[in-house]
Amino acid sequence: MKIHEYQAKAILRTFGVPVPEGVAVSSVEEAVRGAKALGGGTWAVKAQIHAGGRGKGGGVRVAASFDEVKHFAGKMLGMTLITPQTGTQGRVVRLLLVERGVEIEREFYLALVVDRSSRRACLMASPEGGMDIEEVAMRTPERIRRVFIDPLAGLCASEADSVARGMGIPESALGQARSLLLDLYRVFVGTDATLVEINPLILTGDGRLAALDAKMSFDDNALFRHPEIAALRDIEEEDPVEAEASGHGLSYIPLDGSIGCLVNGAGLAMATMDIIKLYGASPANFLDVGGGATTEKVTEAFKLMLRSSRLKAVLVNIFGGIMKCDVIAAGVVAAAREVGLNVPLVVRLQGTHADLGRKILAESGLPVISADSMADAAQQAVRAAGIPSGEEASPWRS
Amino acid sequence: MAILIDAGSRVMTQGMTGRTGQFHTRMCREYANGRNCFVAGVNPKKAGEDFEGIPVYATVREAKQATGATVSVVYVPPPFAAAAIDEAVDAELDLVVCITEGIPVHDMLRTCRRMEGRRTRLIGPNCPGIITPDEIKIGIMPGHIHRKGRVGVVSRSGTLTYEAVAQLMEQGLGQSTCVGIGGDPVNGLRHLDVMRLFNDDDETDAVLMVGEIGGSDEEECARWIRDHMKKPVVGFIAGVTAPPDRRMGHAGAVISGGKGTAQEKLAVMEACGIRTTRNPAEMGRLLKSALKAA
Repeated sequence: MKIHEYQAKAILRTFGVPVPEGVAVSSVEEAVRGAKALGGGTWAVKAQIHAGGRGKGGGVRVAASFDEVKHFAGKMLGMTLITPQTGTQGRVVRLLLVERGVEIEREFYLALVVDRSSRRACLMASPEGGMDIEEVAMRTPERIRRVFIDPLAGLCASEADSVARGMGIPESALGQARSLLLDLYRVFVGTDATLVEINPLILTGDGRLAALDAKMSFDDNALFRHPEIAALRDIEEEDPVEAEASGHGLSYIPLDGSIGCLVNGAGLAMATMDIIKLYGASPANFLDVGGGATTEKVTEAFKLMLRSSRLKAVLVNIFGGIMKCDVIAAGVVAAAREVGLNVPLVVRLQGTHADLGRKILAESGLPVISADSMADAAQQAVRAAGIPSGEEASPWRS
Repeated sequence: MAILIDAGSRVMTQGMTGRTGQFHTRMCREYANGRNCFVAGVNPKKAGEDFEGIPVYATVREAKQATGATVSVVYVPPPFAAAAIDEAVDAELDLVVCITEGIPVHDMLRTCRRMEGRRTRLIGPNCPGIITPDEIKIGIMPGHIHRKGRVGVVSRSGTLTYEAVAQLMEQGLGQSTCVGIGGDPVNGLRHLDVMRLFNDDDETDAVLMVGEIGGSDEEECARWIRDHMKKPVVGFIAGVTAPPDRRMGHAGAVISGGKGTAQEKLAVMEACGIRTTRNPAEMGRLLKSALKAA
């Protein structure tokens, strides 16, 4: 789960990590009032969306007067911000963070991630702050230092000092850097984060360190023990179709192809997308119905797919294990009838009770195309999708 | 003995008395030699009771002492599953198979760290388990689709593994052992660990390796295969069409920072001399042809 910058900074603050003073606002008036309350002579006005690269799209501006705060806030609120990470459709800005301006002496990069290969938390530090870290990693990998942290021992002070020195933090700020790094690791573990990124970490004109930007993601599997973090979820930032799907226990990602896929198991679901592509069409979605593909779940899945105007066929690929194919078949028939499915439906059942399942499909009287292998299913679906749909009433309505 | 488990393995079930645990303990017991293999359950609150004749012990250590079981299977719910693995490691079991899906990744970081230098091997979490066909199955896979044979299978997926097994069966190929290593980012045995075991196993002639996007396990395994493997290996990687930065169901199946794409994995595997296919319907045929060529 991702959160906004202002939320991440609030969490950092509670763990003792220094961040600039700021206030989250949703109107121009609040922005000006916020700037006045913060005081000082300059303010950063920052669009709050769940995507990076905001500066490049005009989502981060520095105002030197209240009039400018008003001007920038007015421009940003409601705008569709397009950044390298939002895709072409962009994101609508509904919230701003107004921060008191700080004088930046130097910029650094810091991040904590879970490194799967070493099975360790990895602290990444670089003197190249404010840059796209992937670019730094590509061009000058020697400028990024990686420290793998023993989860039982935690980050130790001497490691923190060595990292800070490697980043080029001046001796006078080493004490601050040490506590900041130790606090950051406490945040990472204490909140079950999968990412904490401070880019840039700055050294101010008066020698103080502060997190000028902050990005955090959390492990969905650990939210049960952090209700206060779960409450930070901003559903407006999520794809509405995906959010609705997750409410039904479905793992669903809309894509831009024309063949809907309904599959049990994530690996098989990806493989089904791949084989559709291999036979010349594109998948309309990723969908893992999970272990219990009940009639209700299949019905919801069909409804989600039918929202796509590009949908030309649906391919159901089920490998029955514990979940029996006859149960699935009955669910598919009931769901297809209920939603009045109006595109060709290809069903491939394999595994436990597959024969019974096929019989149910055949006897349903519905025009289900039954396939007996994955390749056959994909080919049939691609072929069926090529047939232009006529004007006749849907054969699915009973 | 195939790898890791055989008809002589003695297994305890952690989380046996829950709904999932009961269901799958029954299924495992009914499979092949299961009646002799599944000898104990662990639940501190139900010690002294039994589940359909299988005695329940308070701790893993007690269950091991009383029954001689050296393998455990874990169905314990996610908040407590890592601690269940820890307990099995502390009791010095040989193997833990963790089926539980949804364990926090920080829990697994600590558990994997605690396992370093210990004797216990871990399969999973978030996996279908392991089966040595016609001898024993430990996990949730459908036993009836397998037959004993000489092809090893290692995979990060569940149903895609069943698909692979079904394709092998169509080619008349049985399996020595099938290992589902799970779809989480931080897990126990990896492709490489299982590949080593298959390489040393007299009852395995060839290996089918099924991977998916995310991480670099498949690449690491491929490089090892190039330098050490004595048997033919064929592979498939799911997710050629997966968009970047999207988690595809499994917590570990995500292309991040441009790393972990299926194309990249397939390219490394091919460069290491592994025969691969882009077509998930061709896994069985490819393995058959690799066996013929060997």
